[in-house]
Amino acid sequence: MAKRRKTREAAGEMLDGNRSAAVGAKLSRVQVIAAYPITPQTPVTEALSEFVERGELPAQYVNVESEHSALAVCSSASLVGARTFTATSSHGLAYMHEMLHWVAGTRLPVVLACVNRAIGAPWSVLNDQQDSISQRDTGWIQVYAWNNQEILDSVIQAYKIAEATCLPVMVCYDGYVLSHTEMPVDVPPQDAVDRFLPPYKPHTTIEAGNPKNYNLVTLANPRLNADGVLCHGYMEIRYLLQEALEQSTETIAAVGREFGKSFGRSYAGLLWEDGMEDADIAMVAMGSLAMEANVAADSLRKGGIKAGVVGLRIFRPFPKRDLVRVLRGCRLAVVFDKSVSYGNEGAVGNEIKAALYGIDTRVAVRDFIVGLGGRDVKARELADAVKKALASVEGGALSQEKADWICEI
Amino acid sequence: MGTRDCGHICGESSPGMGEAGKTGDWRTSRPVIDEERCTPARNHKPACFLCWLYCPEAVISKTIPVRIDMEYCKGCGICSQVCPTHAIAMVEEADSLKDR
Repeated sequence: MAKRRKTREAAGEMLDGNRSAAVGAKLSRVQVIAAYPITPQTPVTEALSEFVERGELPAQYVNVESEHSALAVCSSASLVGARTFTATSSHGLAYMHEMLHWVAGTRLPVVLACVNRAIGAPWSVLNDQQDSISQRDTGWIQVYAWNNQEILDSVIQAYKIAEATCLPVMVCYDGYVLSHTEMPVDVPPQDAVDRFLPPYKPHTTIEAGNPKNYNLVTLANPRLNADGVLCHGYMEIRYLLQEALEQSTETIAAVGREFGKSFGRSYAGLLWEDGMEDADIAMVAMGSLAMEANVAADSLRKGGIKAGVVGLRIFRPFPKRDLVRVLRGCRLAVVFDKSVSYGNEGAVGNEIKAALYGIDTRVAVRDFIVGLGGRDVKARELADAVKKALASVEGGALSQEKADWICEI
Repeated sequence: MGTRDCGHICGESSPGMGEAGKTGDWRTSRPVIDEERCTPARNHKPACFLCWLYCPEAVISKTIPVRIDMEYCKGCGICSQVCPTHAIAMVEEADSLKDR
């Protein structure tokens, strides 16, 4: 389990999140890029087209008329053996929804940067995580970065993970909070990245001498093909997708460890932890919100409340085992969600409760909905939420039916 | 033994006869060739073959006389439509069974 590092040892370039994603894609030697600009992702497309135009990146940049087409281009290019990249946000990701399923079902290692933005209605260009959370069931691995270094590092790792598991990876990072905020980022040298990430070898092949048909109409039951080989029905292919997601936790950790050996920054855990060794109370969040939770935890500790922070780096596959291990000894887990499964509760809170079911623990879970549509989340509000949750736990209830919303209704 | 042994991880096939199963049973009407009218059959010369050219399932032979593989013919009727001498009639399957 990796511990969140509060300081950086190497001075790097000053990069915003979008530039970090674009540089990560460039260092990964992507061969085909297709993306449609949308706020706040636009600078990613600008940076990449600039790299291609200047001849710094020998890739094909395909201009498309929509996000649906962008991912369709990446899907086809990946199928014939190109390393592909796309980026989008919010409504653009929603427009890709169908192709997200196609890419995962074809087991293509496409990497997508999702710059998290709220989704309409009403219109908002500001940050929350509803866009990518709404796509959690499409069969993509989802990574949530908490700073710009992690965006760059995650894009490079994403290709290694994707190509090893034959699964597409979505690298998510908070719009504006990270996408438009500059931080020092250590940019690894190209030759080191080349050693870490060998060229893409596709599991699919379409060649003149060896024609194939991918994604044929697949009937419900297994069936003999023309050569008499028993082939999957629809359900067997979907089972393999689920199995690959479940098994990918090992690959994600292994790639993260190897990245640490190559570049000095280890990503061996699916979670980040801070101050959890002796914590009574875990503050759980995803993305840049976990940073804010760190500040809140420090202030709570000053007031005698032993709080720690758990940041989910990976949301799909859901890191059940790690969460159970880190939370089971706590008295209370306070989850902060930047998304809602409407009609139920926050996505992270809901899934943590499910992960804890049947485990021998008395950890109470409280879920708070925060920061939707760019609403500022202050460390003080997070600390107050923890105090409110603590008071409710005194009553003895492990769970509450509804999530609390931190807003002014 | 399960389907894992096929080695595929997504829907995948190679072109081959009957890859999509025996599609002949999809048919509701069947093409019946009148060899008195069919150009190659009547003239004993390799000519016309528009039905062979247009058949989307590649189940019509470029032979004299022309043959249709009824195991895979889906009965779409394109051959009947393109035949310049109206030599191919589409006959309801139920009726064609009655005649036998």
